[in-house]
Amino acid sequence: MAILITPETRILVQGITGDFGGRHARLSLDYGTRVVAGVTPGKGGLVFEHGPHRVPIFSSVVDAAKATGATVSAIFVPPPFAADAILECADAGLDLVVAITEGIPVRDMVRVKRAMAGGRTRLVGPNCPGLVTPGSGAGSHGGCRIGIAPGYIHRKGHVGVVSRSGTLTYEAVYQLTVRAIGQSTCVGIGGDPVNGTSHLDVIRMFNDDPETRGIVMIGEIGGSTEVEAARWIKANCKKPVAGFIAGATAPAGRRMGHAGAIVGGAEDTAAAKISVFRECGIEVAVTPSDMAEALIRAADAAGVALS
Amino acid sequence: MNVHEYQAKALFEKFGVPVPKGAAAKTPDEFINALAGLPEGPTMVKSQIHAGGRGKGTFADGFKGGVKFCKTKAEAREVAARMLGNTLVTLQTGPAGRKVQTVYFTAANDIKKEYYLAILLDRAASRPVIVASTEGGVEIEKVARESPDKIFKVLVDPAYGLADFQVRELVSRLGLAAAEAKSASRLIRALYAMYWETDASMVEVNPLVTTPTGETLALDAKVSFDDNALFRHPEIAALRDLNEEDPKEIEASKHSLNYIALDGDIACLVNGAGLAMSTMDIIKHFGGSPANFLDVGGGATKEQVVAAFNIILGDPKVRGILVNIFGGIMDCNVIATGIVEAVRVVGLRLPLVVRLEGNNVAAGKATLSASGLTIVSGDSMADAAQKIVKLVAQAHPGPTA
Repeated sequence: MAILITPETRILVQGITGDFGGRHARLSLDYGTRVVAGVTPGKGGLVFEHGPHRVPIFSSVVDAAKATGATVSAIFVPPPFAADAILECADAGLDLVVAITEGIPVRDMVRVKRAMAGGRTRLVGPNCPGLVTPGSGAGSHGGCRIGIAPGYIHRKGHVGVVSRSGTLTYEAVYQLTVRAIGQSTCVGIGGDPVNGTSHLDVIRMFNDDPETRGIVMIGEIGGSTEVEAARWIKANCKKPVAGFIAGATAPAGRRMGHAGAIVGGAEDTAAAKISVFRECGIEVAVTPSDMAEALIRAADAAGVALS
Repeated sequence: MNVHEYQAKALFEKFGVPVPKGAAAKTPDEFINALAGLPEGPTMVKSQIHAGGRGKGTFADGFKGGVKFCKTKAEAREVAARMLGNTLVTLQTGPAGRKVQTVYFTAANDIKKEYYLAILLDRAASRPVIVASTEGGVEIEKVARESPDKIFKVLVDPAYGLADFQVRELVSRLGLAAAEAKSASRLIRALYAMYWETDASMVEVNPLVTTPTGETLALDAKVSFDDNALFRHPEIAALRDLNEEDPKEIEASKHSLNYIALDGDIACLVNGAGLAMSTMDIIKHFGGSPANFLDVGGGATKEQVVAAFNIILGDPKVRGILVNIFGGIMDCNVIATGIVEAVRVVGLRLPLVVRLEGNNVAAGKATLSASGLTIVSGDSMADAAQKIVKLVAQAHPGPTA
């Protein structure tokens, strides 16, 4: 098992006819992911071709889901149209929407989040690299790759990774894989101040997933979701957890690339979050090069075999 | 994106938020016209720069106070002449200060009491929050520390908008009644409409004041907007003042690079915001000091790498460069080719450490070593950071930054 997605998950891609969406749909197909439909308004009836794959394109999410059984959508549409694309998935009753798009206005996300509250559809992102549940083939082929992460750096296994950053997640995954430690699922929750799924949401799922034996939580300056997750971990999580927070050297009040990475007060600095991690028994990676080793230390201390 | 006080107040007026009568001037010739529209008597002169702490600031020539009370319009004109073109240094500008290119004259109203009012995003709730306090005209962080019971917050449901009962609650907690309550309610509603409709990130009125005649006025205005929403507000995007931004950051944005200048001497060039932040952190961890944040993005081209090198080297403080690329999808060889070309074009004489990992990394490393350039290769982030810190220290012995 894994969380949120498995190699059997059937996904659709909104924006598959664009450069960005098309490129990553091809990479997902190459990885062995079941990309079963594309959605671009007005282009229903066309076919997205890649090697032996012929992916039908629909004009609406509801039509695509009905015809193909897709339960998850990856959104690659440009920022002005992304909020609408997310709501369309909620209306179609999908299980999961993964919004890759960077640059969606905060006000749009505030409204989308309110509209989705209490509904059955989960949102991951926006401004995120997506999710990967590695497969058992060479280079983790045969897994489910939703979004823009490099599939080949993964390895099937028992560590859950959750992060606000893309390349920093790849760094952590790579450190694990070269040590022959595989991953159950890697989840990029995104770098925006308003997003669908929090660190805590993902940590709860990893805690409940019997296949996940250890967790790497990667955060950054701004907001309080890492702190919320850390306090929950202290009280409830039985699995070893390693944590890293980026942005110790970031000046206050400046946005560091991610819209959500901005120090607003004394509580959302890297130092404050790291200190809460320590209080809560999370093994802190002292540098970004230390993320896998930190988890190994935590697992050794807990007597848990990660692989 | 930040705007000046006079620009924010023009937006306030458009949405029906009352402000003192005022006019801005960019040249001494404009002083007369600007002042002509104001009533005779006490007048405020306010330097227009984006940084805060203007009132307590000092000008480069020793003149004190970026915001001044003047008894007459004639005096206001003299004070404005001292401010315009002068450089104002405040706690927030850093020692270099900011050149004052606009002054703003306002009528100095009689004040009964000062309050605080702000609207921003509550991240944990994912909703707008209105923050109000009976303690106005002072730093809100200080109030939060010393008397948190004097700060009130109201979360607004985006599905409904600001409700009347919430406005009544705010006004009553501020201790306002009768005519004051009525005018404050109108002001709060108008301010919320402005925040929501313009996609503002933050609207802060400090102080909000009541007058002896029962009016409520926004005496100051600090407003910033969501960069991601500027595409639907061209009239707000047009308010951007490039004089207030670092020229290197402006140049970077032209090449879709995300660059922020810092104080250190080791420049870094990284793909991805999280990795870029943690590259700065690891330089610091090993005893160095980062000169910048620079995210070249997920799909950097050769041209972007060359532009990035030019921007980095435009900073005279830089004594060494660390390139850290995790090419997941991005081809490491494309980056390597860009680095080699950039180094040749700009004639680099500083130590350069490159750490490449990921897609097509072997070809990338081969390109670097075949170039004949003195590029030091780093195996991991830690290894690369240690190498550049050491190289810079060797080239510049003495106390490190």
